[in-house]
Amino acid sequence: MAPRLLITPQQLEITINRLCHQLIEVHDDFSNSAIIGLQPRGTLLARRIHDTLCRILKHEVRFGELDVTFYRDDFRRKDLVPNKTHIDFIIEDMNVILIDDVLYTGRTIRSGLDAMMAFGRPKDVELLVLIDRRFSRNLPIQAKYVGRTVDTVASENIKVDWKETGGEDHVWLMQKISE
Amino acid sequence: MNKRLSVNHILGIRQLQPDDIRLILDTAVQFKDVINRPIKKVPSLRDITVANLFFENSTRTRTSFELAEKRLSADTVNFSASTSSVKKGETLIDTVNNILAMKVDMVVMRHPNPGACMFLSRHINASIINAGDGAHEHPTQALLDAFSIREKLGDLEGKKVAIIGDILHSRVALSNIYLLRKMGAQVMVCGPTTLIPKYISSLGVKVEHDLRKALKWCDVANMLRIQLERQDIKYFPSLREYSMQFGLTMELLEQAGKDILIMHPGPINRGVEITSEVADSSQSIILNQVENGVAVRMACLYLLASRAEN
Repeated sequence: MAPRLLITPQQLEITINRLCHQLIEVHDDFSNSAIIGLQPRGTLLARRIHDTLCRILKHEVRFGELDVTFYRDDFRRKDLVPNKTHIDFIIEDMNVILIDDVLYTGRTIRSGLDAMMAFGRPKDVELLVLIDRRFSRNLPIQAKYVGRTVDTVASENIKVDWKETGGEDHVWLMQKISE
Repeated sequence: MNKRLSVNHILGIRQLQPDDIRLILDTAVQFKDVINRPIKKVPSLRDITVANLFFENSTRTRTSFELAEKRLSADTVNFSASTSSVKKGETLIDTVNNILAMKVDMVVMRHPNPGACMFLSRHINASIINAGDGAHEHPTQALLDAFSIREKLGDLEGKKVAIIGDILHSRVALSNIYLLRKMGAQVMVCGPTTLIPKYISSLGVKVEHDLRKALKWCDVANMLRIQLERQDIKYFPSLREYSMQFGLTMELLEQAGKDILIMHPGPINRGVEITSEVADSSQSIILNQVENGVAVRMACLYLLASRAEN
């Protein structure tokens, strides 16, 4: 099956804008809130959201990057390369918005919740994802803010391309390449 | 970039590929970040048990490995030769197999005999990290030295490193030479003729017997201790004379006229190979090396553990 385009660059921009406004509805001026992107691909979306929020609110919003490699439950089943973690604030008693690009089994988010605790005990944690692959969760984890909900089967893959990594802003649904 | 090590054990730098070294150093950068967080622990190795077998004395390396294991949430058992059945005549393989029978996954070993880890790796079924085997290799020390240099000066390629002191008995020197050469750095060894192995230049290093000239040449000076415990004959007339010829003083450093990075694998004999003034100066990164040691060892344990299961 040929790759199917789920989100075009224009749609992505609209989606990100909508997500930002949803966030502002809940978090107001972000005075006690922080955005944390999950490495490696969630940070690209998180940075876009952060930039858009800063533009709308006209002030800086706390932003961090979190790598979950050392907290994964499958690290000895595949080769994982750790990325940079950069959180220069303590998240104690803060409202945290975790951001990832695709929500699939929920395992990455589980590790993210664990990894985040090394930086304090947040008051409230919410999850924002660009794509929610419905009915494929292994853990009881749900996103509060969703860009697009998609029904997929295990043999399919979601591929998110970003301008920042040299392509165009696209989200594709494609067949998994068998290993 | 490579995602996994090409080896099942870290027996020596000689067996590692440049890509392995890069992978370990890059992973260690992330672990250094972890050990500087408010909560310094990650759960990666929570189902792994590591045995620390030290058949030779050690404070730094042993503490460093133990901390690295604990920060990765591994279970550890410690073992030292002086309080064990080795004294009752048990062989190395029997001792280690008995420990492995208790379901241990990895072994960190220091042994007075060169090649002990290599020998063990052929006979037992666990990942081994060499924490020093006689006067042969001490790979994690060389890795942490490289990490420390890279942290201060950037890429190792083209850097000039002088290793000064007792080269003949030093496993640190040999591992450092292998590593630095593999990563494209230039290496010089400096010391009295008697303490420099005869054919060392075949490893691609320069040999120098004048400390002043060595300091003029280098960007980094790695000072080594005189290993009196390994010396069976007199290699130089007296420690005082050695110190006058090869001891690093502030005066010599100033004469070199540039900022040389001063390293020492420890333990330091203050006033012999290095004066207190130099060891505690701003150019010295001796304590950074110790801090980096934990991060580098975490990277080694982590990468080996992930490989063992794959």
